[in-house]
Amino acid sequence: MSGAAATADLRPGPAKDERVAKALGSRRKRANMIVQVLCILATVIGLLFLAAILFTLIYRGFAGLHLSVFTEVTKPPGSGGGLLNPIVGSLIQTAIGTAIGTPIGLMVGTYLAEYAAGSALGNAVRFVSDVLLSAPSILIGLFIYELAVAPFGGFSGIAGAIALAVIVIPIVVRTTEDMLNLIPTALREAAVALGAPKWKMIVLICYRAAKDGILTGVLLAVARVAGETAPLLFTSLGNLNWSVALNRPMASLPVTIYQYAGAAYEDWVELAWVGALLITFGVLALNIVARLVLRNRN
Amino acid sequence: MSMTSEAHDQQGGFGSVQVQSHEALNPAKISIHGLDFFYGDNKALKNINLNFPDRQVTGMIGPSGCGKSTLLRCLNRMYDLYPGQRATGEVLMDGDNIIAPTMDLNALRSRIGMVFQKPTPFPMTIYENVAFGVKLHEKLSKSDMEERVEWSLTRSALWGEVKDRLNTSAMGLSGGQQQRLCIARTIAVRPDVILFDEPTSALDPISTLKIEELIDELKHEFTIAIVTHNMQQAARCADQVAFFYLGEMVEVGSAADMFTSPREKRTQEYITGRFG
Repeated sequence: MSGAAATADLRPGPAKDERVAKALGSRRKRANMIVQVLCILATVIGLLFLAAILFTLIYRGFAGLHLSVFTEVTKPPGSGGGLLNPIVGSLIQTAIGTAIGTPIGLMVGTYLAEYAAGSALGNAVRFVSDVLLSAPSILIGLFIYELAVAPFGGFSGIAGAIALAVIVIPIVVRTTEDMLNLIPTALREAAVALGAPKWKMIVLICYRAAKDGILTGVLLAVARVAGETAPLLFTSLGNLNWSVALNRPMASLPVTIYQYAGAAYEDWVELAWVGALLITFGVLALNIVARLVLRNRN
Repeated sequence: MSMTSEAHDQQGGFGSVQVQSHEALNPAKISIHGLDFFYGDNKALKNINLNFPDRQVTGMIGPSGCGKSTLLRCLNRMYDLYPGQRATGEVLMDGDNIIAPTMDLNALRSRIGMVFQKPTPFPMTIYENVAFGVKLHEKLSKSDMEERVEWSLTRSALWGEVKDRLNTSAMGLSGGQQQRLCIARTIAVRPDVILFDEPTSALDPISTLKIEELIDELKHEFTIAIVTHNMQQAARCADQVAFFYLGEMVEVGSAADMFTSPREKRTQEYITGRFG
């Protein structure tokens, strides 16, 4: 169309040139389709890896899953045996590590949310906690080795529990602070207006309001430390015999998997797969139970 | 007995407004002298002098940001929660200066209660909500506590609706019920004074009416101060009305006087809707 006609025709309405509008429209639709396909492809690839891992775990792990795994201790290759002492050792060290780390994390998180908001000290504490959160766990293991193993002359289950506690603390700090910050100021003011001193306001109102979130944080921490290997290598070392003494080396599932997986003996390799299966599905079961409990409460 | 009166104005009319009959004002329960309030360096309240008559309702009106909520929150020292906020001057109740540093805050708040704009039930059962404040200050036997809870809920016009579900969560109540629960929670402590900070602005008209009726009954036992954006509400509920503007108290008088013949020009302009 000539220039004069194009500028003269300025009435509002559908595009004057139908072909241009159609071309733009189909280019848009094509770009949309391409991106959609790429997104779906990325999802499928990610899920494929996850499915492959789970499938391999189930396939290799179930093959070796006998009752003896839960009733017999680890034995030399060729004489059968099970995973009783690593299972019990993991349970003990995880439980004690969580029991030590959770109250400390809870108190630090409360301090950050209720007492130190915006202050320089609060910001410093939060920063340190975040650094600790992403610290390589092997460093934590070495640190606790220097602190709790070398001076006492031996590896011990309690040193392993302490190393796990150090990993638990920053996780609980972060979730406690976040959950407490979600509580509306109005709720706090209402408690204070009735005459509650600050600590009662925190314990009776804030903790109650945030308890589901805080519990989720603790469970996340448990799931994380249940599978940690490096910190335990330098602290509780592992134990091929039955032992629940906290001042002696103690077996744990991740360390046992580490020792067995690379071995030349088939029965040990099989037990390593079983151990991996147990950890994965133990943590999965913990998450599911936690969700069910929280949903019922609400 | 109520009167209908026209507010005098040159242009436009605010219309007629129902005010309470002219009751004499009782002696002051709380009296404020020379109160200044600061948010950091910003002076939000300037030289406030105001009396709150015993067992009557004082309404505080004014446009947004004029300082009426700030003043209300001075009375129970809510500003103590926030560093950088401070008050100077004198606020006397029964001979004690409320804003003196030596004032026992927990005891103060058991004598002056507050109901907020947004209903804030605690995440616990209805019974525990009402009992919460009482447990902070008194040691009651189980039967005494049950009696106190029933009394509070009855005086808040909520007992009939919740008496069969005292052990269910308070979060399941409607907005109007939650606000009445907050009122029950506040009066359970048996304060002398109740502060209402725009208590009905988040509620529907029917709940608003119920709460205004409640305030009308409560004033026989408690001294009441109410901040409200709604002038008709102030006219309906208050015995004394104070008008605030930009941190100053412009005028105070009985509700009848304020809405029929205010002395200050700014008061008249606000009441007739010229601004605010």
